[in-house]
Amino acid sequence: MLKVRESNEASVSRRRKMSLLGAVVAVGAWCVTAAEAQLTITITGGNEQAVPIAVVPFGWQGAGAPFDISSIVGADLASSGRFAPLATADMTSRPTQASQVNFQQWRVLDADYLVIGTLSEVGPDRFAAQFQLFDVLQGQQLTGFRLEAGRTDLRATAHRISDMIFEELTGIPGVFSTQIAYVSEERAANGARTFRVIVSDADGFNAQKIAESSQPLMSPSWSPDARRLAYVSFEGGAQGVYVQTLRTGTRERVSARAGVNSAPAFSPDGRMLALTLSRDAANLDVHTLDLTTQVLRQLTTDAAIDTEATWAPDGRSIYFTSDRAGGPQVYRVGTDPGQRPQRISFERPYNARPRVSPDGKLIAVVTGESNRYQIGVVDAASGRLTVLTPQGRYDESPSFAPNGAQIIYATKDNGRGVLASVSTDGRIRTRIASVAGDVREPVWGPFPRP
Amino acid sequence: MKIRVLILLTATLFGIAACNRSNTLPEDANSGFDNGAVDNTSTNSSNNGSNISVTPLEAERLRLLGQLVVYFDYDTADILPEFNAQLQAHGQQLAQNPSMQLRLEGHADDRGSREYNIGLGERRAQAVRRVLMLQGATATQLTTVSYGEERPAQTGSDEESWRLNRRVELVYR
Repeated sequence: MLKVRESNEASVSRRRKMSLLGAVVAVGAWCVTAAEAQLTITITGGNEQAVPIAVVPFGWQGAGAPFDISSIVGADLASSGRFAPLATADMTSRPTQASQVNFQQWRVLDADYLVIGTLSEVGPDRFAAQFQLFDVLQGQQLTGFRLEAGRTDLRATAHRISDMIFEELTGIPGVFSTQIAYVSEERAANGARTFRVIVSDADGFNAQKIAESSQPLMSPSWSPDARRLAYVSFEGGAQGVYVQTLRTGTRERVSARAGVNSAPAFSPDGRMLALTLSRDAANLDVHTLDLTTQVLRQLTTDAAIDTEATWAPDGRSIYFTSDRAGGPQVYRVGTDPGQRPQRISFERPYNARPRVSPDGKLIAVVTGESNRYQIGVVDAASGRLTVLTPQGRYDESPSFAPNGAQIIYATKDNGRGVLASVSTDGRIRTRIASVAGDVREPVWGPFPRP
Repeated sequence: MKIRVLILLTATLFGIAACNRSNTLPEDANSGFDNGAVDNTSTNSSNNGSNISVTPLEAERLRLLGQLVVYFDYDTADILPEFNAQLQAHGQQLAQNPSMQLRLEGHADDRGSREYNIGLGERRAQAVRRVLMLQGATATQLTTVSYGEERPAQTGSDEESWRLNRRVELVYR
């Protein structure tokens, strides 16, 4: 567990929001994570005004620091596409204390912001990381904290520092401490296929196998407390919906009715699961299942395909895909009985797989036209569609980061399944490559609870 | 009804015997149905009445029963006319063999949304199911599962791969 307290010398200044407006430019491939990462984030389109920031290597008394905090912080900030960390080799000094900082030196290096810190041992296998963030032009400290953690939490500590710096400078909570779930598929030379549900840190590290099967696995969905994952498995030759507790690995098959059991989505209070069923060989309809009482309720009744339910943040309505009007479009229906679904998307012939932004105002969709499938956002109030990946062809499965600033999705690169992300304003794009196999269906987990 | 079944069963025996005798069935039985049968059908179908050789028709039936995949157009579950005879043969076979079980596996091409494609695969499996039931198959004989785009027959992202992936596979158990 991390313990965070504001450091004594910190005089937290008024939060300053940076203007991050600017044209989209391709800045080339820039690998920011270590080679052993399961996933590697590359900025493929970014902000030409990515803010220069210097993250100085943290001080450590003695030989061989137990962890390189500053390189993780630098990688985190770079992976957001909003910051351009200064190369360590270009630093003309390496202060670790505020008293050692010469702001003029950093102005010469064009660093707008400066991060310094120390790591120290405070007990058996117990460490304290202390950092300060400075505005170089103003020559003043913006924030500073001291974080205490055990050895195994030092990487998480670095992500927490990144979160604090990111929020201080952008006004948006950082998502570097969150996790993502995704599906991977590997094909052996003999054609045998292995499907896995994976959970990893947001930067691709600490990838853990949650489930593995020779039959397809799909549609992972986080519980709001990040403790459970619902997913779909075809094990035994039939489709079923499973809920697995991540810490213990115990899992429960919550739906295995005849036909389709698919597209699970936890309600915001974690008590219900929306899912798609084709009961009695009928058509696909969205249902809700109370995970405690097992009470199943049918929410849609149309003869069309109704699927891909997702809850509004207040839990009072559900967005879903339906082709009741011909092609797939997004609809919204109240969760109280007897509500009539309202159509939300109107532009383009194909809008599917809605996912709601944390503030409830935007609906991310797969939007298709002329055989190209891209990621878009539909304004929930006006229905206006904005295409975020106009260059995309095989984009699918959008999922909002819990801060609402970024959307992770799946796409193809030379026929191979890869993950990518785009900022909600469309300006910053990253590619998240997998070391092995196809990866797809990324779902961004919630903020960790304190 | 019973008489018809008897005739067909007799026909089946005749057919297999005839095929074996004439050595038109190669070792690989599945591909073999295509070979001799089509020619024989065209010559014998005009031969109406006197010399009722059931062999070619039975061969045609076996050829149809050997066809275990039904293909679909993009974003539809309409049964294309070229699959009517095939489904008729399978439906009649199920009707005549009430203990026979058939699993219908619906699939979609990989474009668009995965869960919507589960819907398309299921819709296709249900469309095939309805046709089979019109031929006399019963609900207890038929199960459906939709794999959407999760188990493609072809992995490419081109028209031909997509065409081969939009399908229902008939799996006898």
